[in-house]
Amino acid sequence: MNAASETLLSVDGVSLSFGGVKAITDVSFDIRKGEIRAIIGPNGAGKTSMLNVVNGFYHPQHGRITYKGKTRPRMRPYQAASQGIARTFQNVALFRGMTTLDNIMVGRTLKMHRGLFWQMLRYGPAMREEIEHRRVVEDIIDFLQIESIRKTPVGKLPYGLQKRVELGRALAMEPELLLLDEPMAGMNIEEKEDMCRYILDLNKHFGTTIALIEHDMGVVMDLSDRVVVLEYGHKIADGTPEVVKADPKVIEAYLGVGH
Amino acid sequence: MFYRETGQFKQSYAADQAVFPILQDRIGLAIILLVAFVVVPLFGNEFLLASVMVPFLILSLGAIGINILVGYTGLLSLGSAAFMGVGAYSAYKLSTIFPGVNILVWILCSGFFAAGVGVLFGLPSLRIKGFYLAVATLAAQFFLQWCFVRISWLYNDNPSGAIEVPARTLFGIAITGPSATPVTRYLVVLAIVVVMTLLASNIVHGRIGRTWMAVRDMDIAAQLMGIRLLPAKLLAFAVSSFYCGVSGALMVFLWLGAAEPSAFDIKLSFLLLFMVIIGGLGSMIGSFFGAALIHILPIVIRMLPEALGLPIAAATVEHLTYLIVGGLIIFFLIVEPHGLARLWQIAKQKLRVWPFPY
Amino acid sequence: MLYNIFIDPFVQMAQMPDLLVQTLWEGLVSGVLYALIALGFVLIFKASGVFNFAQGIMVVFSALTLVGFYEKFSAYGFSGHTAAFVALILTAGVMFVLAMLIERVVLRPLVNQPDIILFMATFGITYMLIGFGEMVFGGDPKQMIASELFLPSGSVDVEMLGGMVSFQKIDIAAAVIASVMIAGLALFFQKTRIGRALRAVADSHKAALSVGISLNQIWVIVWFAAGLVALVTGIMWGARSDVSFALEIVALKALPVLVLGGLTSVPGAIVGGLIIGIGEKLGEFYWGPLLGGGIESWFAYAIALLFLLYRPQGLFGDKIIERI
Repeated sequence: MNAASETLLSVDGVSLSFGGVKAITDVSFDIRKGEIRAIIGPNGAGKTSMLNVVNGFYHPQHGRITYKGKTRPRMRPYQAASQGIARTFQNVALFRGMTTLDNIMVGRTLKMHRGLFWQMLRYGPAMREEIEHRRVVEDIIDFLQIESIRKTPVGKLPYGLQKRVELGRALAMEPELLLLDEPMAGMNIEEKEDMCRYILDLNKHFGTTIALIEHDMGVVMDLSDRVVVLEYGHKIADGTPEVVKADPKVIEAYLGVGH
Repeated sequence: MFYRETGQFKQSYAADQAVFPILQDRIGLAIILLVAFVVVPLFGNEFLLASVMVPFLILSLGAIGINILVGYTGLLSLGSAAFMGVGAYSAYKLSTIFPGVNILVWILCSGFFAAGVGVLFGLPSLRIKGFYLAVATLAAQFFLQWCFVRISWLYNDNPSGAIEVPARTLFGIAITGPSATPVTRYLVVLAIVVVMTLLASNIVHGRIGRTWMAVRDMDIAAQLMGIRLLPAKLLAFAVSSFYCGVSGALMVFLWLGAAEPSAFDIKLSFLLLFMVIIGGLGSMIGSFFGAALIHILPIVIRMLPEALGLPIAAATVEHLTYLIVGGLIIFFLIVEPHGLARLWQIAKQKLRVWPFPY
Repeated sequence: MLYNIFIDPFVQMAQMPDLLVQTLWEGLVSGVLYALIALGFVLIFKASGVFNFAQGIMVVFSALTLVGFYEKFSAYGFSGHTAAFVALILTAGVMFVLAMLIERVVLRPLVNQPDIILFMATFGITYMLIGFGEMVFGGDPKQMIASELFLPSGSVDVEMLGGMVSFQKIDIAAAVIASVMIAGLALFFQKTRIGRALRAVADSHKAALSVGISLNQIWVIVWFAAGLVALVTGIMWGARSDVSFALEIVALKALPVLVLGGLTSVPGAIVGGLIIGIGEKLGEFYWGPLLGGGIESWFAYAIALLFLLYRPQGLFGDKIIERI
């Protein structure tokens, strides 16, 4: 990767607490354009909360977030989405009552503009728009190799496929920054390999910047350009996989004192 | 055998995105419309038209309205009857203030008033969810019903407190009032219901429908996909109340002929909700199934013993209806939470692969 | 106009404190009754996560059953206190059978379904109870057998604040009985083995099952307990007016009480009931005339709605932290 590339998002001294419980304490890091950035740490380290802060679902009590060179004020999740931040979730958060196709079509919502009048007629501009976006969605379906489950309600799909559909839905937003929350949790080895390939392809061919949380250290070390390590809401290490792997604090956090 | 999609290759995304992608479905729909528009008015007797078909269609329209809110957007509302009332009262006021304008225009316009009121009472839905929202909509139900009783301007200071439908014509043919024949009333209602059903079906199959379903299934994820919850929910309230409003106006103008505030009480809200549950949440055709079942059931219970020569008291009919409707709700929730519409889908699926299900 | 809304009612309150006390007392009493219905809801919601819409109708149904039994007895010449208490015990039995039936026919097949499905199923129960009740007992209003159950009648007039305030004895009795019952239930929940099991079930069905708590048994117990609460409510309510299905609409008032108090909180149900009862009576008496009267029909819902906008989780509900 191009190490000198510009910073896409930077997090400065962010702290977040719920009532008295501190989830994140004074964490700073940055994500450069075009890189794959991993966030790791033991359970309860505040990784998911960090992603929630980035896409505006939680509002930190302290700290600044700068995205694309602009320090943003308190923002709502849909604003983050419209600025090109997409994400997937730790526990699959698909629209269970809808088909795979419809789920991914929802990802196109922001790009569709025809109002109620044309929607009502489902003719002319509305239909043209629908078909134009269907074409994009079909490309995504192709890419993720989920053609056969196009019309299946997602509630009926096995877990691995659901994760894939969720990735598809995020891709449909054509994000600049893609946040993946444990994209490989609960998958078998083949599914993991597939998912890794999709992530690498995305990053290489479309230049999508990716931030991912993952517990599988092998995957993290192979995929990512740089790694942030959190423990109990504090940042304990930051750097390339090699540096982080050798960091005594990280080893301690994962293996306990005395090793 | 005859219900096969073999050989029907979709060659464009347009064909695949159609509301009825299968040829046989389109033929079936055409036949149903033909029967509804031609055969029923030609051969139906007055009872069938005035007491079965007209109410059934009007209730279906109301059920579609509620389905948009409850079934598609997942916002539980117990105030739909009040929104129907808003439609009925505004149609009545408009038609008595401006008698020169065609009544159908006012019936459709009344929907906008209902939509406005619906949006107003939908505002809390951003903060309030689930059961809590259901209780909040009860405020709409009781407040609006109180308005219908207390604000005498709404019923033109009529001493009976009821609204009575003035006689109006379309192309010189009476369509409301006592001189309108059941056939004309039926055809007018049918035309409105068919067109509005089509529009609703288009909406729910497009972007807006997907937005609603996304809000229903997982509102947090929907937000992170760039959907703004408040506009999406308010639009659902508006469209839903529009349908309820038109249905309420039709109910008074083309079915009952006159109505008291109690016509729009909470029992009607519940009844419409049951139609949607039994018919199928989130299904257009389910709204029709549900309305048919709930409206026709009491008629059957009343007529069956008569046909068999057993005398049955009117009160007993009512009690039996309650008992059976209650039983059916539980039965459907246990056997098929997606209602009659899902059973219909399963039947179609079976038919598609019949006689070789493997 | 502004004067009429914001100042005049308070001037009236200050000028005639005896009327204010009377209105407050009436509000308090109807609040206690709302709270009792809400308590039935909360019991079931806590232990099974079911929002039991049928609680209101269970009140009517139990009261009708009680009166129905008594009428049957007196038709055979068996009346008086003994007959009334036998009828009471039989009615409790009926409520137990009802709880068993609901558990067996409705809840067991619907276990693990989404809350909204269970909620709607209780609509079905409501309709079946209405249909069945009217078929058996007829639709006419009935007289509650209050004096046969040793409930006092008449009123106590107290001279205070420059006027007479009259307290119905039955209202005093209702308040006392309600307090005793609420205290009893609280003890039951906190101190007994079954109470502990109930709280466990409320937290998680699966976890409770895994430590060997029988869900079915628990559900029968809570629905029976809710049935008994309904019976007591029915008696109190019936003694104040008469027993008929018209009470159904009044029972809907328990819903704003519930959302006000938070669905899982027993103290919430009580406080919510009192707020709604008193607010409604004060509103009707002091502000109702401005709007042409009859605002009692929606005032409670309006209070609840405004309150929810401020605090969506109710008075005693836990703050909702959304997670993904």
